[in-house]
Amino acid sequence: MPVEQQGDTRIWRRRDRKAAWQHFGVTLAVAALVVFCAKIISDQTTWEFVGSAPMQGADLAMRMWPPQLGYIAELWGPVVDTIHIATLGTILGVMIASPLAFLAANNTTPSKVFVRPVALALLVTSRSVNSIIWALMLVVIFGPGMLSGIIAIALRSVGFCGKLLYEAIEEIDAHTVEAVSSTGASRLQVLTFGVIPQIAPAFAGISVYRWDINIREATVLGLVGAGGIGMALQGAIDTLAWSRVSVIFLVILATVVLSEWVSAKARAAVI
Amino acid sequence: MLTLKGLHKRYPDGFVALPSVDLEVPTGQLVALIGPSGAGKSTLIRCINRLVEPTSGSVKLGEQELTTLSRGELRRARRRIAMIFQDYALVDRLTVMENVLSGRLGYVSFWQSWMRRFPQADVDRAFELLETVGLKGLHDRRADALSGGQRQRVGIARALMQQPELLLVDEPTASLDPRTARQVMQLLGDLCKAHNLTAIINIHDVPLARAYTDRIVGLQAGNVVFDGKPQELTDAVLPEIYGGEDWNKDAESDQAAAPAEDDGVAA
Amino acid sequence: MSTAPPTTPPTAGAPRRWRRPPHIANPRTRWALYIGASLYLLWALSSVEVDVGRLFEGMTRARTFFAAALSPDFFTRWSDIRAGILESLTMTVVATVAGIALSVPLGLGAARNLASRPVYLVCRAILAGTRAFHEIILAIMLVAMFGFGPFAGVVTLVVSTIGFLGKLIAEDIEAIQWNAVEAVESAGASWLQRVVYAVLPQIMPRFIGLSLYRLDINFRESAVIGIVGAGGIGATLTTAFDRYEFEAVSAILILIITTVFIAEYIAGAIRRKVL
Repeated sequence: MPVEQQGDTRIWRRRDRKAAWQHFGVTLAVAALVVFCAKIISDQTTWEFVGSAPMQGADLAMRMWPPQLGYIAELWGPVVDTIHIATLGTILGVMIASPLAFLAANNTTPSKVFVRPVALALLVTSRSVNSIIWALMLVVIFGPGMLSGIIAIALRSVGFCGKLLYEAIEEIDAHTVEAVSSTGASRLQVLTFGVIPQIAPAFAGISVYRWDINIREATVLGLVGAGGIGMALQGAIDTLAWSRVSVIFLVILATVVLSEWVSAKARAAVI
Repeated sequence: MLTLKGLHKRYPDGFVALPSVDLEVPTGQLVALIGPSGAGKSTLIRCINRLVEPTSGSVKLGEQELTTLSRGELRRARRRIAMIFQDYALVDRLTVMENVLSGRLGYVSFWQSWMRRFPQADVDRAFELLETVGLKGLHDRRADALSGGQRQRVGIARALMQQPELLLVDEPTASLDPRTARQVMQLLGDLCKAHNLTAIINIHDVPLARAYTDRIVGLQAGNVVFDGKPQELTDAVLPEIYGGEDWNKDAESDQAAAPAEDDGVAA
Repeated sequence: MSTAPPTTPPTAGAPRRWRRPPHIANPRTRWALYIGASLYLLWALSSVEVDVGRLFEGMTRARTFFAAALSPDFFTRWSDIRAGILESLTMTVVATVAGIALSVPLGLGAARNLASRPVYLVCRAILAGTRAFHEIILAIMLVAMFGFGPFAGVVTLVVSTIGFLGKLIAEDIEAIQWNAVEAVESAGASWLQRVVYAVLPQIMPRFIGLSLYRLDINFRESAVIGIVGAGGIGATLTTAFDRYEFEAVSAILILIITTVFIAEYIAGAIRRKVL
């Protein structure tokens, strides 16, 4: 904190003059950027539609109410499919992510120059492409259905789990690893005795956490044809059957809440 | 016999931790390495088993030169050198037994260690060592369920599991309360005598070093500034190692208290 | 684990066996879990229908697809792609800033140690509501209300930003060191002063990190909600998919990945500077 001398008084400020100007400049630049962006969005928006949004919303709500509860009976299959997609996709994703994480972590990678960047690039690629977009591509290749959904979920989970996992690996206690390697243990033994026990809880926690996210993701994969309850949603929206849409929303909500509960319990049990 | 000749370590950032260290430790001797923080004590013992790669110089254990060994050879050489750490460096989520048996990793195949099928002789020895260090019956506890003193005992058992010729001990007592610290030093001393082990102990606590070791080496800025018997480490010498003058008083009172408590522990 | 019976017989002299104690001590629970998990896996796997004929057909498509992926075409649809990316970026900026501005008060209100009981419950309920539905579903509803275009997209992203940041801010606040707040309080600080002097400084580093992370997420999400008509690069992407212009798809994906990569790099740099 800078202190300025002015005559006899010492003036204390949070920032000195230069820092204050810099701070002001950055704030101004960010504000200008936001206003500029908002202007672009605003120009592309038909404000009459936005103005009528409350009416549209009310209209939509009226059509959704009352929900056609009898429709629930037809939704069991899709819900179970959704859960299967999430679970199998998570398992597959974690199976691919684990070796990649070891290749990407600073302290376990066999080569910082060659292997690590490749592993990191694969993880970023997987992470930057949303599972819906993966599904769009996979539906082209494998056709509509659960298989595309499972692989889409897996491909997206690789980046997520891989990143968290390699960060966990980089945070392990180095002395423990030193201790194991000072007994004359081989690389693989150091990994299994020194590294894996340290990351095991993180590994389980990350998997369960991702599974929870994947349940949500799997509910919408059907919108592009990759199986699960999203297919039913797409059908209902296409036929403007809003009283069915509301039922599907309720079912999705219940599934998500349930999965959150399960994952919280499972994580508590693991740690 | 451990021989260091012209041991030099320069870190990549340019910091010279060890300018050039010469040291000879005859078999069976218990050497305390004392000196202020940052004097290079940790670097020195890590250069011996090459957890830190020395920049130049020679480290000889018996007739074997350690600094030039290949990866595989180093692995085999490390089996003869055990290490004990300040923060115990146990694998927290493994059981006491698994931690102790990890001292045999250099001797068993990967699959044996993966399946936890260690030779029965190793298991027998592990049980014996656990009794020796006073942890009988705790073999299935998880390491993170133990107290600090107990954890350090596991660390000692793991080190002895290697049946080493040389013991490198890095600040074994820094995380322990004074009473437990004395017990641990007593245990280390007894075990070294019993197995005729050569040992180098980094230690902050000068009274402990005086009480339990055969020889004291003082390190300052990577240079050996004192080398002699514990009795020769007089209060006049201490400022040479640690710098400053005013800290002697504390050391004296500490020292006065030490023998009294020792008797209590031994009894 | 400490209560488990010793795995070795107490008789001295005889060779003492040692087996690693199992993670779940009770054998009945253990086996029930193993069997249950295997059965579930079998059930799940058997429900996956694999149409081999369709797979073969897919392989040829996959080949054209990968060939296209390796020869991205940035130029044919460049004006569409450029407009889409710019729209996505503008949506991201506006939505992130608005989302942060709204999530801070909600996060403060949803912190149990800071807010009164009714405020806490209301804020938690709002946060739970915003997180209940996937962005796509939100976008579908909002497009139905606001019409096609980036406005619906921005609102979608704002809502999900609030849900994400608000919850994490609240959790961070609940984990702060309380003695600093007490110290300020004992100096006679008002509620707002306590927040500004003792709470915010403690959560600031992580808050900045999370905000940057959310910026990144919002950009990626903006590529998705366009699929249901909420503007941005997603709209361009779906169009390209519908026309089977895989070269353009590949170009768009490469641009998205590159942008995310750059964003992550910049975020890392900012984080290092700020923290």
